[in-house]
Amino acid sequence: MKPLIVHHTPDPYADTHSPDTHQDTFSKTVLGFWMYLMTDCILFAALFTTYAVLHNNTFGGPSSRELFSLSTSFTETMILLFSSVTCGLGMLSALRNDKNRVVAWFSVAFLLGASFVAIELNEFTHLVHEGNSWRRSAFLSSFFTLVGTHGLHVSIGLLWMFVMMIQVYLLGVTAITFRRLAVFSMFWHFLDLVWIFIFTFVYLMGVI
Amino acid sequence: MFGRLNLDAFKHESSQNIAVIGMVLGGIAIIGILFYLKRWKWLWNEWLTTVDPKRIGVMYIIVALLMFFKGFADALMMRLQQALSVGDAHGFISPGHFQEVFSAHGTTMIFFAGMGIVFGLLNLIVPLQIGARDVAYPFLNALGFWLFASGAVLGLVSLAIGKFSTAGWLAYPPLSGIEYSPDEGVDYWIWLVQIAGVGSTISGINFLVTILKMRCPGMTLMKMPIFVWSALCAMVLVIFAFPILTATLYMLALDRYLGMHFFTAGFGGNPMMYINLIWAWGHPEVYILILPAFGIFSEVVPTFSEKRLFGYVSMVWALIIITILSFIVWLHHFFTMGASPNVNAFFGVMTMLIAIPTGVKIFNWLFTKFQGHVHFTSPMLWFFAFVLNFSVGGMTGILLSSPPVDYQVHNSLFLIAHFHGMVIGGFLFGFFSGFTYWFPKITGFFLSENLNRYAFWCWFTGFLLAFMPLYMLGFMGATRRLDHYEASTGWHPLFLTVGLGAAIILCGVCIQIYGLFMSIKDRKNNLDLTGDPWNGRTLEWSIPSPPPIYNFAITPTVDQLDPLWAIKRGLAPKPEKDYEDIHLPKNTPMGLCIGMLSLIFGFAMTWYIIWLAIISFTAIIVCLIIRLSGEDEHDVITAAQVKEMEAARLRSQTT
Amino acid sequence: MSDDLSLKEIQKEWHGTMKAYVIGFVVSILLTAASFFLVITRVLSGRALVFTIIGLALVQAIVQLLFFLHVGQEAKPRWETVVFYFMVMVLLIIAIGSLWIMIDLNAHD
Repeated sequence: MKPLIVHHTPDPYADTHSPDTHQDTFSKTVLGFWMYLMTDCILFAALFTTYAVLHNNTFGGPSSRELFSLSTSFTETMILLFSSVTCGLGMLSALRNDKNRVVAWFSVAFLLGASFVAIELNEFTHLVHEGNSWRRSAFLSSFFTLVGTHGLHVSIGLLWMFVMMIQVYLLGVTAITFRRLAVFSMFWHFLDLVWIFIFTFVYLMGVI
Repeated sequence: MFGRLNLDAFKHESSQNIAVIGMVLGGIAIIGILFYLKRWKWLWNEWLTTVDPKRIGVMYIIVALLMFFKGFADALMMRLQQALSVGDAHGFISPGHFQEVFSAHGTTMIFFAGMGIVFGLLNLIVPLQIGARDVAYPFLNALGFWLFASGAVLGLVSLAIGKFSTAGWLAYPPLSGIEYSPDEGVDYWIWLVQIAGVGSTISGINFLVTILKMRCPGMTLMKMPIFVWSALCAMVLVIFAFPILTATLYMLALDRYLGMHFFTAGFGGNPMMYINLIWAWGHPEVYILILPAFGIFSEVVPTFSEKRLFGYVSMVWALIIITILSFIVWLHHFFTMGASPNVNAFFGVMTMLIAIPTGVKIFNWLFTKFQGHVHFTSPMLWFFAFVLNFSVGGMTGILLSSPPVDYQVHNSLFLIAHFHGMVIGGFLFGFFSGFTYWFPKITGFFLSENLNRYAFWCWFTGFLLAFMPLYMLGFMGATRRLDHYEASTGWHPLFLTVGLGAAIILCGVCIQIYGLFMSIKDRKNNLDLTGDPWNGRTLEWSIPSPPPIYNFAITPTVDQLDPLWAIKRGLAPKPEKDYEDIHLPKNTPMGLCIGMLSLIFGFAMTWYIIWLAIISFTAIIVCLIIRLSGEDEHDVITAAQVKEMEAARLRSQTT
Repeated sequence: MSDDLSLKEIQKEWHGTMKAYVIGFVVSILLTAASFFLVITRVLSGRALVFTIIGLALVQAIVQLLFFLHVGQEAKPRWETVVFYFMVMVLLIIAIGSLWIMIDLNAHD
């Protein structure tokens, strides 16, 4: 066989250990879910940008100044924030393997989250009954979609939270349920993060 | 009960009826063969429920090739129509049908042939090249495939039932809105792209985490093969670009289904926002296709030059810079749509900049060959064709990146010639090269090299004949997507030439199909017994062909680039000699199940069969909850079993 | 997997503490209240108001990223952080780029 032309010299500083010390399921799951959250950020960015472009296109209909209630959005903000924190407290209970406390804290978070969705649905229903549905103008389409998509994420989160509470109740805090709780809490905190931008750019800026 | 679906949906023009009957007969034939050979259980256990990336990769390639043939058939119909439809003659396809054909052609080729090949190759090669036994998320990997397949099947269904979109492969509004396209065509398009797009996003996350976290000991990032680097960069693009597509199609669907006004012509809608967003995805998408092709050449060229890749570090940086720049050029797809000179100029300059790292890569491949011992195998022939065709296409891209020039040729056949130079000359030739190179590794036997060469020459000459005249036609003012033109234009001879080129490509494709079947038939005489037929440099050549289910009996340890060449010269760290128990994830039918439910959901939404849509969507949620609530299940191959499998392999090699 | 981590080990990987949640919670409430207060009372107006509430939102986002989502606290190599910065870069490109383009197009009707 013809000799190879290139000469190889081993790298004297080469580290022949595993390039990543955290190849376990927990680390992989957390990183992968984080990446999914990053894709969700881009999705929301597209919806936010579209709202920014279309929010003045009221087509003769009402604008944000006429429609948005600061008291409602303040209430929603506080509820979601409390829900995010109680979820965190639930995680701290999971650290102590206290399955009953976990279910208790997550139940509170669930009720708060459900209240958030209820208030938001109420707000939407009110707008529709007044004749200001998503069909009225590009502004309303983009408002309902941006805020509604966040609300849809919260609703899916509620379903997930419910399933998790059952799992923890039945199986206790195990390596597997802790991993799933951790990933869920990332999702739930992320939704509160997105809401910061909604109440700022949609509601607060909407009434200025 | 059936929404908008009625018997009219089954009536088509005769050319389409032929295609549908052919498709149905083909499906029946396959089912018949499976019954005859009594292979249902085998199909279920080995393929439909698998979570093994080696199997999933093969399935991706099979579906991608089937969709490629469909897209190619669309192309042949367009070429034939344009060769015939001049002056008083009107070809054989109605204008409406022609619009469906060009829309289906682009959609099929990009989303199914293109993305299928990318994910197929990544599944097959990335774990092997990083010394891993599996990907990061085996179930999600399978799910990604079945969502992809579901989108493809929905595309095939659209051929048989109802009409497809007539709004092009990107469905620009207002044409794609409910007012101007009220029928099912655009809905089909939205759902098949969305379903496949979710699959792509999931697979993107899977492969990025795999590359970041599952490399074998010693393989730092700067010791990975360039193919893996190209996969890493492509997956970064997938993760950050596909959500834009998802959001944009979501908004288009809301316009169509709920009467919203994102992109409508009235009520304050802004169709340009769609075009802006869709290309913010669309430009990274074309780099998702081309970067793995670049990666393939970075594997093929050094191996067949018997020389290390020139400029490894600059290759990595070129990939990274291309990745970042590909996010800042998207407006060049719509220079002519009203932006001011400053905006056009910025994006024009950014576009020109991408040529620089691309050029670096081409020169590095050429420098790799310099003073190497070059083998003119068919993978190398594809490389040479790539250098010529991709460079020419790339240079026309530089022309197009200048807004004043683009104003002359935007949406003309010049543009068509440019991007086909990129996708055929770049992406497809790269795939053919890699397919031939890695075929023995995956299957354990060789393709016929002679037939490969005949096919290559048909493709090469066919491509030149089919696309070079399009540059001329574009300059002369021929618009894209024309189903008819006047004889006085003088374009007819050129369209005939182009048609001839397509026919020659068809010969090439037929030779490839024939060659594939003959190789499979003849495989016992063409076995790859060593696992390393090309004197390879990277880890996939250090294991048998085809690889055992666990890939590596002992996880390799590396300390430099081209680790296999190092091993062959006795310059590598000795791997551990003890076998250990190997855990592999269990098969599951859930991926197939969710895929099929998605297909039903997409079909139901297209035809407004609301009850079916609700049921299938709920079922998907239920399946996901069941799957994601289960235990992490694994099969175990004990150390003793591994030892026995390795010993058996050695015995069969020496006999 | 035989070499996978136990519950105790993964609990060590997770970075939440009571202190972090309390700080994050209190600061978030204060920042939110401040934003609403400024808009309701119109203490500031026009550009000043807009930039202030955007600033408050960004600060609160950073607080929540650090104290609730534990960004930057993961083990090396900090892939989550790298991917986060990359996302921010792409997000800014898409948002600012799109706004630039669309405002430009609207101005030229």
